[in-house]
Amino acid sequence: MTDSEQDLSTFVDQTARLIGLPIPADYRQGVIDNFERIAAIAQLVTEFPLPEDTEIAPVFEP
Amino acid sequence: MSQALPDATSLAQSVQNHEVSATSIVASAIARIEKHNPLLNCFTTVLAEKAMQDAAAVDAAIAAGKDPGVLAGVPFGVKDLFDVAGISTLAGSKINAENPPAAQDATLVVRLKQAGAVLVGAQTMDEYAYGFVTENSHYGASRNPHNPAHMTGGSSGGSASAVAGGLVPLSLGSDTNGSIRVPSSFCGIFGLKPTYGRLSRAHTYPFVDSLDHLGPFARSVRDLALVFDLLQGSDSADPVCTQRSPQPCLPELTKGIEGLRIAIADDYFLKGAEPEMLTALETLAKALGATQQITIPEAHRARAAAFIITACEGSNLHLKDLRQRPQDFDFATRDRFLAGALIPATWYLQAQKFRRWYRDRVRELFAQVDIILAPTTPCPAPLIGQTNLILDGQEVLLRPNVGLYTQPLSLIGLPIISVPVQRPGKLPLGIQVIAAPYNEALVLRVAAYLETQGIVSATIPDIIDRRWFRKY
Repeated sequence: MTDSEQDLSTFVDQTARLIGLPIPADYRQGVIDNFERIAAIAQLVTEFPLPEDTEIAPVFEP
Repeated sequence: MSQALPDATSLAQSVQNHEVSATSIVASAIARIEKHNPLLNCFTTVLAEKAMQDAAAVDAAIAAGKDPGVLAGVPFGVKDLFDVAGISTLAGSKINAENPPAAQDATLVVRLKQAGAVLVGAQTMDEYAYGFVTENSHYGASRNPHNPAHMTGGSSGGSASAVAGGLVPLSLGSDTNGSIRVPSSFCGIFGLKPTYGRLSRAHTYPFVDSLDHLGPFARSVRDLALVFDLLQGSDSADPVCTQRSPQPCLPELTKGIEGLRIAIADDYFLKGAEPEMLTALETLAKALGATQQITIPEAHRARAAAFIITACEGSNLHLKDLRQRPQDFDFATRDRFLAGALIPATWYLQAQKFRRWYRDRVRELFAQVDIILAPTTPCPAPLIGQTNLILDGQEVLLRPNVGLYTQPLSLIGLPIISVPVQRPGKLPLGIQVIAAPYNEALVLRVAAYLETQGIVSATIPDIIDRRWFRKY
C-alpha cells in the first residue's frame, strides 16, 4: 500500500467515524476504491484556477 | 422487419374522431405489456384495472360531447420515481417498498392525465437513479427491444425500452447526468431533457437537487413537442421550477433550419467515441449543413464537477438509510453512496463554483452558434452485464463512462434532444442536439427537420428473445 492509498483509507475510516456512518467490514474496500476514484476526479475541479469572485449560482429565496 | 405503430398524436386524433375507443387502445397497450414485459422487464407495476377505468372515463367524456383532451386515450408510463397515487414510489429501491402509497400524482402526471392520457404503469430504473445501465439487483435488468441481450441504458431504462418496444407511445423519465439521453440513444428513440427548472419536479423522488431534470420519451418529434407543451408551467410545489411563461413549441416544428448557426462540438466530444458514432454525427451534420466546429471549454472538468455534486448530494439524501441499513441498497449503488457521504465540503463547493464559471463560458458560445451537435453515448448499447468499455484505445469501467458526453451538458441545464439514428441490422444510436437555456423550441425544430428528411426516426423492432445470441 502506498502512502497516498494509506492516507485515503485512513481518511475514509476517520471521516466515517466522525460523521457517524458505520461502514461494515465487507464494504470497506469497495468504499475506499470508490473514494479513491472520487478523489482523482475531484482533483480536476480543485486544481483549476477560478477567479476569486466566482459565486455559486443558486439563489436562496427566503 | 420493423413495425409501424401510431404515435401518440395520431392515436389521440383517432380517439377524438370516434374512429377507435380509448378503452380499446389502452386494452391493446396492456396486452402488449403482458406479452413483452416478461422479456423486456420495463414495467415494475402495471396498473391495468385503473387504466381501463380511466380509459372508460375518456370514452364517456367523448360520448357526452365533452373535449377529451389532446392526448385522449393515449397510454403512457412513468419512471418509478414519479409519485402515482395509490402505489409506493420505489425509485428502483427495496427500501422504498416499505413506504406508504403516494397520496397524489406527481405534477407532470396530473398534467398528462388532464389532457386525456391514461397512465398504465411505473417503469424500471437504476436504484435511486444512480446508474446508466438499469441492471437493478432488486427488480432485474430492463432489456433493449432491438436486441434483448443488450442493455437499455439508464437510469430511465424501463421508460425508454417501453417506448422503443411499442408498449406505450410515451413515457416520462428523469435526467440528472444523462438518464433520459443515454437510454434514448441505446434504445433508438427521441428523448428530451428540457432546461433545468423548466418542468416541475414536484412529487417525484429526487436524486440530486442541483441537477435533476424531468422529461419525455417518444417515437416522434411532434409527440415530444406536444407533451412538452402540456407539461410546461410554473409550480409553487417545486422551488426550482421557473416562473417564465410557457413557450409553445408545437407551432415551431415546421419552421425548418434556415438561418440557424449549427456547429459540431469538437475536442472532448470527438474523443473516445466509436467510429460509428462519429459517422452518425457526420451524417446529421451534413443533413443540417453544419461545417463549423466549436470547442466547449473544460468539458472534462465539467464532467468531474457533475460527478462530485452528484455523489455528494445523492449520498446526503440517503444518509439515514446508509447508516442504518446499508445492506438493503443495491450493491451497484451502495459503495458509491457510502463513499460520496465522505466528500469534503471544499470539493463540493469548488464543483459548484466551477459550474457557475463554466455556465458563463458556454453562454458566451451561444452568442456564436444556435445549435451544437455531439454524440449522446460513446457507443451503441453494450451487452447486459458488460463491465468494461474501450475508449480511445484504453479499457475503462463501463458504468462511470457511459455518460461521458451527457454529464458536462446537464451540469449547466441546457435543453437537449437525443435523436435516434437507425442502422438496419445494427443497434441504433443517438446524437445530442443542444441549444441555449430555454430554447427547447429550437432543438425540437432541428429534430423535426431531421425527422422530415428521414435522417432520424424511431422504428419499433420485432421483439425476438435473442438473450442467448451474443452477436447481433
